[in-house]
Amino acid sequence: MAKPNAKPTDRSYHRRSFLRLAGAGLATAAAGVFSGCDSAEIEAFFQKRFKELSREELNAVLRRLEEKHARELGREVTIRATPPNEGEVYGYGLDLSRCIGCRRCVYACVEENNLPRQPQMHWIKVLQMEKSHGIDVYHSNAYYNPETVPQEDYFYVPVACQQCRQPPCIKTCPVQATWQEPDGIVVVDYNWCIGCRCCMAACPYGARRFNWTTPRMPPESVNPDMEYLGNRPQMKGVVSKCTFCIQRVRRGRYPACVEACPTGSRKFGNLLDPESEIRHIMNRKRVFILKEELGTEPRFYYFFAT
Amino acid sequence: MNYFIRNSFRILVSGSTVYRLWLVFLLVLIAVGTLTYVEQYREGLIVTALRDQVTWGFYIGNFTFLVGVAAAAIMLVIPAYVYNWKPIKEIVILGELLAISAIIMCMLFVSVDIGRIDRFWHLIPVLGNLNFPLSLMAWDVIVLNLYLFLNVFIVSYLLYAQYHNREYPKKLLIPLILFSIPVAIGIHTVTAFLYNGMVARPFWNASILAPKFLASAFCSGPAILLILLQILRRHTRLEVKDEAIWKIAELMAYAMFINLFLIGAEIFKEYYSGSHHLLFTEYLYSGIGEHNAIVGYAWLAMFCNIVSFLLFLVPATRRNPVTLNIGAVLIYTGIYVDKGIGLIIPGLTPDTLGEIYEYTPTTSEVLISAGIFAVGFLVFTLLVKLAVPIMLGDFNAPSSASTEEVAPATA
Repeated sequence: MAKPNAKPTDRSYHRRSFLRLAGAGLATAAAGVFSGCDSAEIEAFFQKRFKELSREELNAVLRRLEEKHARELGREVTIRATPPNEGEVYGYGLDLSRCIGCRRCVYACVEENNLPRQPQMHWIKVLQMEKSHGIDVYHSNAYYNPETVPQEDYFYVPVACQQCRQPPCIKTCPVQATWQEPDGIVVVDYNWCIGCRCCMAACPYGARRFNWTTPRMPPESVNPDMEYLGNRPQMKGVVSKCTFCIQRVRRGRYPACVEACPTGSRKFGNLLDPESEIRHIMNRKRVFILKEELGTEPRFYYFFAT
Repeated sequence: MNYFIRNSFRILVSGSTVYRLWLVFLLVLIAVGTLTYVEQYREGLIVTALRDQVTWGFYIGNFTFLVGVAAAAIMLVIPAYVYNWKPIKEIVILGELLAISAIIMCMLFVSVDIGRIDRFWHLIPVLGNLNFPLSLMAWDVIVLNLYLFLNVFIVSYLLYAQYHNREYPKKLLIPLILFSIPVAIGIHTVTAFLYNGMVARPFWNASILAPKFLASAFCSGPAILLILLQILRRHTRLEVKDEAIWKIAELMAYAMFINLFLIGAEIFKEYYSGSHHLLFTEYLYSGIGEHNAIVGYAWLAMFCNIVSFLLFLVPATRRNPVTLNIGAVLIYTGIYVDKGIGLIIPGLTPDTLGEIYEYTPTTSEVLISAGIFAVGFLVFTLLVKLAVPIMLGDFNAPSSASTEEVAPATA
């Protein structure tokens, strides 16, 4: 115990006065930080990782988000957290002999997935390559803009997330905000992502996008059928990417890009089902993957049907 | 305690006009940087020149360089404690204070770079979810904090003991000091592995990266100390033997030789094999087509590195104070460019789908970075200003009889 006029060298005196100061400082800081928040914001701040939420907690999160977006967009939305289907692992096929580079898939994806229009975000990138040079991403151009497509000397290679079997991106995430689901889809929990962009540096296919500022989209364009791990509105400072339209495929529908393609270049199916379209293609055509020397083992297969 | 606080404050604010102007200058930079950061926090990282194609830039480049500076503190620890080399032992404390300032800057640079700093608690184990051991960034969070804690603890204890005119507890501190050697090597190896492990980026995905990081760290970090020691020697009673300074410079020369050798090895491999990996090295040293924004920097770094190597290698120029200091500035500049712009940008340009987006930092990035450097320099200045009087015995705990105030050491 300290004597009334304890000397400055008395250790317990030092310790107590330091702790008092630190405690007061921390309390003040906490009061300052949380003074301006309402209960929903405080709840959002402390929300746990998606995978750690119980079903009740998850439903509470979904309801809170639905209310928030309904307020901001001026219309009702539904946000689901559909679990993966057993016995399904998705694979994608892209017929390079048919793609004409029209980019309808790009814009269908933007609409289906509520991607920001300001700044503009495209999950799919179409690379124009020279026929005389062949497939080489380092000799490609994503910003082609002629009057009509396809152009005579070129062919087109759309690229989006390859949903790799050995994803180099999810290893690097320091908080596990991105992971691979049992049906093969690599997902991002926008509410857990801290925006460090390690995953973006790690992706060999340039599939990931970052919200460099608050994303905006016109309320009238909103697709109200949303999925928590998929097409719900994003926020500033988080990463997103193609999810094979998780909100559609887990309910037995095709991804929006498959439906939008006017030439039938896009194929999709369950790799575990021997009768699926994608397996049909893998058996009858010769499929290949991009950058196979990197060991990523994509589930996105390119081929030439004709 | 009050005595300590009162007199510390007095020591920190008193000094020559140059010293006071230096403090004001740093505070102004910090104020401007903070205001600019507030804008970045509100708008988002769009105020930087970073985009999806080049997703890391000036902030992470500075971070990488400063991790090296922090690791370099052990350059003084190794001879001091392992070889018990008299001239350096007295000044190891200053190296550790530099390490502390550098680590603080590292943490600030990462903090301003991440998109959601409000979610930083997601990184805390148990509270959040730290993806250890898979994520190299998670390793970095752990080892950087460990290294900071180690250095703060060791230095505080050493100065505390000196302040109370006591011997420091060797049995506790010597093992910790020796432990800080592998931790220092660890922080820089982990940072190197963060880049090294990315199969998507051939420029980084090279085994040579970790050794190159360590070599470049050891040749650049002590440069600041070389200059600081000369300043302290002139303005305070602190004794710094010439041999200590020359030894540091000599060790830096050897580290630079290894660094240059590794750079040469990389250049040979890329240009001779001519695989598509060459594209990134080419972008750095000669540009691709009309895209040559960083070629000037690459050759500036090369020039600075080679000249400073020669200046430090040759004993005559190493011992001459003018050439020594020119060498120190050159070596710092060379490695700063080499590990900042010269590492991050070519790693990300061309991007994974062949696009070339030429990144140059915006004014906001420069102002925020200047603010962070100012924080680091301020922390370092204040810590040294306080530590030197304690080390010299000018600032001690009062005995029970004395009530005198302490006279601050001149600065």
